[in-house]
Amino acid sequence: MNKLIINIILGLLVSTSLMAQVPAPGSAQSEPIAIMNATAHIGNGEVIENAIVTFENGKIRNVVDARKVRMDLSGYKQISASGMHVYPGLILPMTNLGLVEYNAVRASRDYSEVGKIKPHVRAAIAFNTDSELIPTMKFTGIQLAQVCGQGGLVSGTSSVMQLDAWNWEDALYVEDDGVQVNWPALTLRARWWMGENERRVNKNYDEDVAAIKKLLEDTKSYKESNPAEKNLVLEAMVPVLEGKKRLFVNANRPKQIIDAIQTLKPYSVKLVITGAEDAWYVKDLLKENDIPVLLSNVHRLPNRPEEPVDMPYSLPAMLANEGIMVGLTHSDGMIASSRNLPFFAGTVAGYGVGKEEALKMVTSNTAKILGIDNMTGTLESGKDANIVISEGDLLDMRGNIIQYSFIQGREVSFDALQQRLYEKFKTKYESQGLGN
Amino acid sequence: MCWMLAAVVVHAQETFHVNGVPDSRPGLYALTNATIYQDYQTVIPDATLIIEDGKVKAIGASVTVPKGATVVDLDGKYIYPAVVEPFGDYGLPEPGKPAGWGGKPQYESKKEGAFGWNEAIRSEFRAAEVLETKSKSASELRKIGVGAVNSFVADGIHRGTSVFVNLSDEPVQNAVLKSDASAHFSFSKGSSKQQYPNSLMGSVALIRQTYYDAQWYKEQGKKVQTNLSLEAFNNTQSLPQIFDASGNKLRVLLADKVGDEFGVQYIIKGNGDEYQRLNEIKATSASLIVPLSFPDAYDVADPLSALDVSLADMKHWELAPANAMMLSDKGVEFSFTTSDLKNKGDFWSNVRKAVTYGLPQSAALKALTYTPAKQLKAQDKVGALNPGMVANLFVASGDIFDDQSKIQQTWVQGQKFEFGDLNPADYAGKYEFKLDGNTYAMEISGEPGSQKAELIINDSTKTNLNFKVKNNEVTIKFGLEGQDADVRLAGWIDSESISGNGQLADGSWANWTAIKTGDLEVEEKKEEEKEEAKAPELGDVIYPFIAYGWSEAPKQETLLIQNATVWTLEGDGKIEGADVLVKGGKIAAVGKGLSADGAKVIDAKGKHLTPGIIDEHSHIALFSVNEGSNAITAECRMQDAVDSDDINIYRQLSGGVTMSHLLHGSANPAGAQSALIKLRWGEDPKGLLVAGADPTIKFALGENVKQSNWGDDNTIRFPQTRMGVEQVYMDGFTRAKEYGEALAKYNGLSRKMKSKTPAPRRDLQLETLLEIINKERFITCHSYVQSEINMLMKVADKFDFTVNTFTHILEGYKVADKMAEHGAGGSTFADWWAYKFEVKDAIPYNAKLMSMAGVTTAINSDDAEMARRLNQEAAKSAKYGGMDEIEILKMVTLNPAKLLHLDDQVGTIKVGKDADLVLWNDHPLSIYAKSEMTMVDGKIYYSTEKDMAARKALSDERARLVNKMLDAKNGGARTQKPRKKEQHLFDCEDVIYEGATLND
Repeated sequence: MNKLIINIILGLLVSTSLMAQVPAPGSAQSEPIAIMNATAHIGNGEVIENAIVTFENGKIRNVVDARKVRMDLSGYKQISASGMHVYPGLILPMTNLGLVEYNAVRASRDYSEVGKIKPHVRAAIAFNTDSELIPTMKFTGIQLAQVCGQGGLVSGTSSVMQLDAWNWEDALYVEDDGVQVNWPALTLRARWWMGENERRVNKNYDEDVAAIKKLLEDTKSYKESNPAEKNLVLEAMVPVLEGKKRLFVNANRPKQIIDAIQTLKPYSVKLVITGAEDAWYVKDLLKENDIPVLLSNVHRLPNRPEEPVDMPYSLPAMLANEGIMVGLTHSDGMIASSRNLPFFAGTVAGYGVGKEEALKMVTSNTAKILGIDNMTGTLESGKDANIVISEGDLLDMRGNIIQYSFIQGREVSFDALQQRLYEKFKTKYESQGLGN
Repeated sequence: MCWMLAAVVVHAQETFHVNGVPDSRPGLYALTNATIYQDYQTVIPDATLIIEDGKVKAIGASVTVPKGATVVDLDGKYIYPAVVEPFGDYGLPEPGKPAGWGGKPQYESKKEGAFGWNEAIRSEFRAAEVLETKSKSASELRKIGVGAVNSFVADGIHRGTSVFVNLSDEPVQNAVLKSDASAHFSFSKGSSKQQYPNSLMGSVALIRQTYYDAQWYKEQGKKVQTNLSLEAFNNTQSLPQIFDASGNKLRVLLADKVGDEFGVQYIIKGNGDEYQRLNEIKATSASLIVPLSFPDAYDVADPLSALDVSLADMKHWELAPANAMMLSDKGVEFSFTTSDLKNKGDFWSNVRKAVTYGLPQSAALKALTYTPAKQLKAQDKVGALNPGMVANLFVASGDIFDDQSKIQQTWVQGQKFEFGDLNPADYAGKYEFKLDGNTYAMEISGEPGSQKAELIINDSTKTNLNFKVKNNEVTIKFGLEGQDADVRLAGWIDSESISGNGQLADGSWANWTAIKTGDLEVEEKKEEEKEEAKAPELGDVIYPFIAYGWSEAPKQETLLIQNATVWTLEGDGKIEGADVLVKGGKIAAVGKGLSADGAKVIDAKGKHLTPGIIDEHSHIALFSVNEGSNAITAECRMQDAVDSDDINIYRQLSGGVTMSHLLHGSANPAGAQSALIKLRWGEDPKGLLVAGADPTIKFALGENVKQSNWGDDNTIRFPQTRMGVEQVYMDGFTRAKEYGEALAKYNGLSRKMKSKTPAPRRDLQLETLLEIINKERFITCHSYVQSEINMLMKVADKFDFTVNTFTHILEGYKVADKMAEHGAGGSTFADWWAYKFEVKDAIPYNAKLMSMAGVTTAINSDDAEMARRLNQEAAKSAKYGGMDEIEILKMVTLNPAKLLHLDDQVGTIKVGKDADLVLWNDHPLSIYAKSEMTMVDGKIYYSTEKDMAARKALSDERARLVNKMLDAKNGGARTQKPRKKEQHLFDCEDVIYEGATLND
């Protein structure tokens, strides 16, 4: 063989490894594992400074204080994690993750179906386990995502997915867990490009609210009359009335939140208010009705110039301190930035609650809000082994250096596109003697 | 009701053919026994005014009435010079509609004829050529006492000339006081469908270039070509130049700034909010035209809706009526205009309101008469009632500043227009009303001229009569209970009795009488009303005029910050337990155990002090971001679009930002000249700019400039590929180089030769590109993929300059070695990616890899929210690539300072540098870090303490204003619904197209 051919073959080898797919999912847990001597952040507010966390067959077995409990760990693979921190895997709710790759490229967008009322449209089946975005989420500690479509009044049915899977079926954590509703806006955005600087009244508001009401009324009627002819739209809504699917209603302005709660109350649905940017102004209504909120984005600007500069940072703590169940999402920005979920919690911790309380907002609170708290959200015996081990404080950029990540006991690989590109060019520059 | 009694031709039209017999009348009038304001400050009691042939013949207390004059006895009445409207649209066609959205973009002018290149320059337009008098709006204006209007068509950036016209019913030729009375400018391109300009800085740039082009045309261009637009532009230079600075007070400052560049003092039409920048407005020396429209109170009854009313809007509601008073106190010359009033009927009540708020009456009259006339250089014709001037006046029933007074007549060019009877009869009183054998009590009440009548059936029942009186004839119509049809009566008035006949409900005829039996009881409440008329208590003007604006400016103090962890970013990078002395806005000392007499000591134990954060890529504090039209718009300047009232300045101070590089967007390969500001919250745009900084410019590459995501209509503009982008640059720089050579050649000529040789036309676009070639202006280039990054460096190499900074530069890591070799810096995002195709290979290790290769690397925001966490964004390089903490912090301080060529002034904590400092509660790279104090030039613009006080003050001020608005509503004031103001937050990819916001 001549040199050229060798070079081509070598080139191909390099490029195939670089062009390769997202890393393969980990294989099923084959032996019991014990994480030794890390600071365990349970996710329910508790911390064990020097803990032993064990898991077996994908389930957490023991979470104990190493200073108080002695364990026989023969047969266990031990991970020495002294000085490190162990957390339950983070949960990213209300996301398009896996439904979009490059937002500006139409062909890569799969999150918005045609129509106003489409609860029958299911996010799970479009979930792309090979999205390059997914490894970047896992790289900061996110392990589960509630994946949903958007657009229209009733956007579709979401599912909770675990982020280490071969295909969407494998990825299903809870299938069809909820229906997403966009409460109509009372006012519409100013068309700034036309020089408008004031919001416009939404003339269709009453009509749209009526359409949501009618959907629930018709579902009730459909469920009770059980007609011979199937209606896929109403079929998808029946579990909502049965309390088997939660209703995630996106409402940001105070009057929207009031209208949403007052309109939906008679149907006894399991209601979650998402977005909830102005929740503070209607906190009593949320409290009285025991309605949890999934806040849209901690790293956003205040809604009004008058609001305290740190209002979005403080809001989660303000609501939590009122006794309202708060989870954090990243539902209104660039999807790539959702990987900063732990840092949203970090910001929250700087503004009115402790770090463990902030951690709850991306772990156990979210699990409760999604109805998966029996499976995950804390480091507690019997729950899935969704575990993250970080060199330092997971909520801080400086400490969020993930050493291990286990999803249902399977070890997650971090050798993804971004890391490969980093290594590729780092090696190049090192070979040039740069950076020393 | 308005009818005209003297609609006759006063002056014959000498040159015109008359179809029939000429009918010109004497037009000689004597208005007697009135209180006459000869001008805004001269009042003559019991005086006579003689009008002849439409002009004032004589005025005074002892004027003899000439023989044959029609005498109008105005005993008890007041005569004022008619109002002069300096900014009207009377008699002119509506301006064309602005371009709609969507459709194929239009880059060239489609206007036929030998006009200029841009449809927004309509300098050749002459309002006098299309004026149509006798339009409906005349009577509306005459009713409020207007006699003459300076009328123009509000369309275009140059709107041509106005016509100054009397509101008489004379033929156009006679009514016109001055054709080409003034030339008109604005920042809005109006109905032009051409793409350029579509931003504020584009409008300004077009005005600038038009001045230069017109100069060139005058000197040499006209020898080789005909350009009617430039010709007209030159021909109208001697006229008053009126600039419509609609928007807010900052536009007034901008208009004046543009005028100053060309030695032109514009008369500037303001917005009624000039009090918000009074000192700066005064400093312009401009004469203003000020609208008299005041916002209605907001209906704040619903507290949740009221959340959407901004503090600024609330305060403006309270302070708008005081605007004229404040301008007057400050000695600013201004006229009033009715032009922004939705309901012209509000005009006088608003004038009176301004007077109630402290504007002297004479100043009000001056602004209505003398000043507008003077602005139009017509003070010898209108605005006063001196002999020889046009007989434009109005007659009021009393002192015009008295709420009860009404305008009863307006005379224009000696023609009288009446609004009702001059002295309507007063029928008020109690009457005995007899009809068809029944007797009722009747009451007539109300102001003479508009009186109403009621039948008193019994104590609790009254029936309103449809009661009309005209020329002592009466008609009455009413229905009685239990009757299907109305009673209809006609009658006639004879002193105190009225009689007549009419038809009853059943159709039968009957006689009726009403005999006056006495007067109505008079209610006395005058005293109280006078009490209310005193000037109201007003809140403070705040700077800027938005929430968290201050009423007391932050001052430079001598500050000693003690015992902090000082991140000097010099030497070892940081010093534990160190002190920093700030004096005169500079860092005066850094070290341990410092002391200073008189310094205010700040205990910073356990805290961290860092240099202020510098955001190399920001779009806050801007009115517009993209001049998204032509491929090269290098002539545009972002500093023309700086909005110093942006709340994001304050928000970013709270995140430790002290300096922001305000960039044009990325809609075109060569965008606009950047503006560099320090976050001196409360200063005006000029006060924000960093003086003496090296000039910079924004370039852009990739999907945005090739319009990849702009929709299917936008596939026309060159370039549509990365290949084309290179050629745009090659072309631009080649032409710029040639321009430079031509300039150099011309400048090298002897004086004699120069006088014989035409100077090259000054071209602001090529001049800017030439500055880049000459290393006098430095590029910040939006870029993503490695091919284009490499390309621009090669273009720069060909013209022997260096690309200063690549911004975004998400694939910078792939060519970092080349960048380092070329000398380009990289200002990037910490972890943005995947939002479009060209960022598919973006990695959060970019900053680390670029740094590693020796590229001066910064982390920037391009996002109003992210900027206030820029320290934390940078900290992501600890996670991604394990960068050293000192190096990380430098990426948001020293490195951007280097990229801006200001590292000798800011960016580290070093003696002699600007005291732009941030005191953090925690490690500055921690997610838990918060700024407790941010100072710029040694002034504390933000601190936790100040912020808490501001929150309290804001809440109190809102509560006060809410109560005041509720009181106003309860008092019967008009209100408006709260509507949420929405600020568009620009990022560099905002493109104005089809309503699509191309975020990310």
